[in-house]
Amino acid sequence: MAIVETRRLTKVFKQGELGAVNDVSLTTLEGEFLVFLGPSGSGKTTLLRMIAGLETPTSGEILIGGRVVNDLSPRERRIAMVFQSYALYPHLTVYKNIAFPLKAQGVPKADHRKKVEWAAGLLGIGRLLDRKPRELSGGERQRVALARAIVREPAVFLLDEPLSNLDAKLRASAREELERFHTSVGTTTIYVTHDQVEAMAMGDRIVVMNFGEVRQIGTPAEVYDDPADTFVATFLGSPPMNLVERDDVVVGFRPEHFFPVAVLAGRAAVPEPIRVADREGPYVPLSLRVGHEEYLGAERIVYGAIEGGAFHGRKVISRLSSTLTVRCEPGSVQAFAVTERHLKFYDRASGKRTAARPHTWQ
Amino acid sequence: MTGDRRRAAGTAPGWVLGTAMFAPSVLYIVLLIGVPFALAVLYAFSDARIGSTGLHFVGVENFRSILQSPSFRKALRNSIVFTLCAQLIVIVCSNILSIALEKPFRGRGFVRFLILLPWVAPVSLGTIGWKWILDSIYSVITWVLVALHLVKPFNAPMWLGEPHLAMASVILVHCWRLIPFSTVIMLAGRSAISKEIPEAAAIDGAGFWRTTFQINLPMMTPILSVAVLFGIIFTFTDMTVVYILTAGGPFDSTQTLPSLAFATGIAGSDLAAGAAISLFLVPVLVLVAYLMLRVAHRAEVV
Repeated sequence: MAIVETRRLTKVFKQGELGAVNDVSLTTLEGEFLVFLGPSGSGKTTLLRMIAGLETPTSGEILIGGRVVNDLSPRERRIAMVFQSYALYPHLTVYKNIAFPLKAQGVPKADHRKKVEWAAGLLGIGRLLDRKPRELSGGERQRVALARAIVREPAVFLLDEPLSNLDAKLRASAREELERFHTSVGTTTIYVTHDQVEAMAMGDRIVVMNFGEVRQIGTPAEVYDDPADTFVATFLGSPPMNLVERDDVVVGFRPEHFFPVAVLAGRAAVPEPIRVADREGPYVPLSLRVGHEEYLGAERIVYGAIEGGAFHGRKVISRLSSTLTVRCEPGSVQAFAVTERHLKFYDRASGKRTAARPHTWQ
Repeated sequence: MTGDRRRAAGTAPGWVLGTAMFAPSVLYIVLLIGVPFALAVLYAFSDARIGSTGLHFVGVENFRSILQSPSFRKALRNSIVFTLCAQLIVIVCSNILSIALEKPFRGRGFVRFLILLPWVAPVSLGTIGWKWILDSIYSVITWVLVALHLVKPFNAPMWLGEPHLAMASVILVHCWRLIPFSTVIMLAGRSAISKEIPEAAAIDGAGFWRTTFQINLPMMTPILSVAVLFGIIFTFTDMTVVYILTAGGPFDSTQTLPSLAFATGIAGSDLAAGAAISLFLVPVLVLVAYLMLRVAHRAEVV
């Protein structure tokens, strides 16, 4: 196990262009599951590939276990990587695929079988050892790739979107399996994904990236509840945080904290979360002109625009539990509210968090 | 029943169109390959000679006599040496070239174009160029070697005049001609390997040689065997290079089966013996093709 650290790491692919990764400094914790999250082109994969040794940084340092590894080849970094396509060797059997790192790193041949069987057993693929990769399902291939990664007992695990080739149902179970796997081996893991659900579900901490820069590092709760800037606020959460601007400030609130006043007044059936919200202090009333509504089974998403007051015409979204019976007729104006303590304030120019300031809302 | 009839009526024009579409190529193959091949078979079992009109069936007499002829045995041996050496050099060189040309660098397009040139140029013209380069008096290679004081001007090597040097020259010119083709095939095979696989090998700790021999080459086996198959057929059946450079000499030391067939059948006007010599190539090539296609099929990977 080891700690991975990057110091002002930068990668510029084309001279004069903006770097794919800019000035990234971060440190993992021992045995941590760290997720790099960002849209495509945010530099998360490039950052991972630099840590792996597949890309040479333009500047900056990479440390693994306290040692600068910039000039070390991938094999000397004691890392293992699982690729998006799994990159299994198609002409080799599962056994030979898993044994390949042992062979390449000069592990005595006598130990191979024991180690391969241990890794295969850990991932429940012992019966597949004589198959070729093309005879395996997507989930089995992923497990073979993981077994090939674990067999050499690496200091760090690097995973590059390993679930994106699986179908939705398999993805959920593979996610759970990966978590269990990480808990059992306890190796420091860096996981790259563009899927916020994966990031929130698996990450001990999440590194949110955009345009090659780190926008925020924090636990899933921190990045969701306290986004550091407007990018993080809108990237995480589905639907994203409502942002309404006025003068030099942007006010943000999550759709789930924006609900009809009727709920508070007790004129409708009030489920637990809203009653809690009611107890959570003052709220800001806002009128909503309802646009349209999506019924998603467990919840309803109401799209509309603020009516009247300082934020007139701004588009906002409300996310209501389907257990609420409040009617939102399209075109009607409804009294909505936001709990004040859930309001976030951002500087309009920089997009960064600013201190809460008193506001007139009307 | 009505459905069947309608379908039958509907397919009739399609059948006609299909026939019309493939008829030209069938005609082409029959006229230019089928007929000469049939003639060769006919001649091989007869006593056909240029200038004589009679044609008598003589059984396997022609084959018996060529098998006993020392020049045939020599040509057969030369053909095998020639093909094997040329293929070995071609495969190794085109592999190296394909590795070098895989990663982008400045001017890669131009280098690729240059490497492809020998394949695009007509064989005979290229070979005539080589004949000058290897000329016994004006050879530019000798001239360079003399200038570098590596050989004495009065004792310069006769590139095409000494048996071993002549064979080496023929082999090298053939390599020059076949390497581009082989390189293009290898490049295609190489680019068909997902970029992540050699990367995974690098992370797994494999160095250059292990990646090349245990990952890349095995994954390229199907396309590699296609390159070898074509290479063997091109080399084994080619007579242009030999004919232009040495015409089989000195002392038959570079005579191969195709050039011997030409020398015997056309230049020596013994059509029957020439046909028998050229037919001798057929079973060999069929066997090579069969083996190669089997290897390619077995090595096919997803």
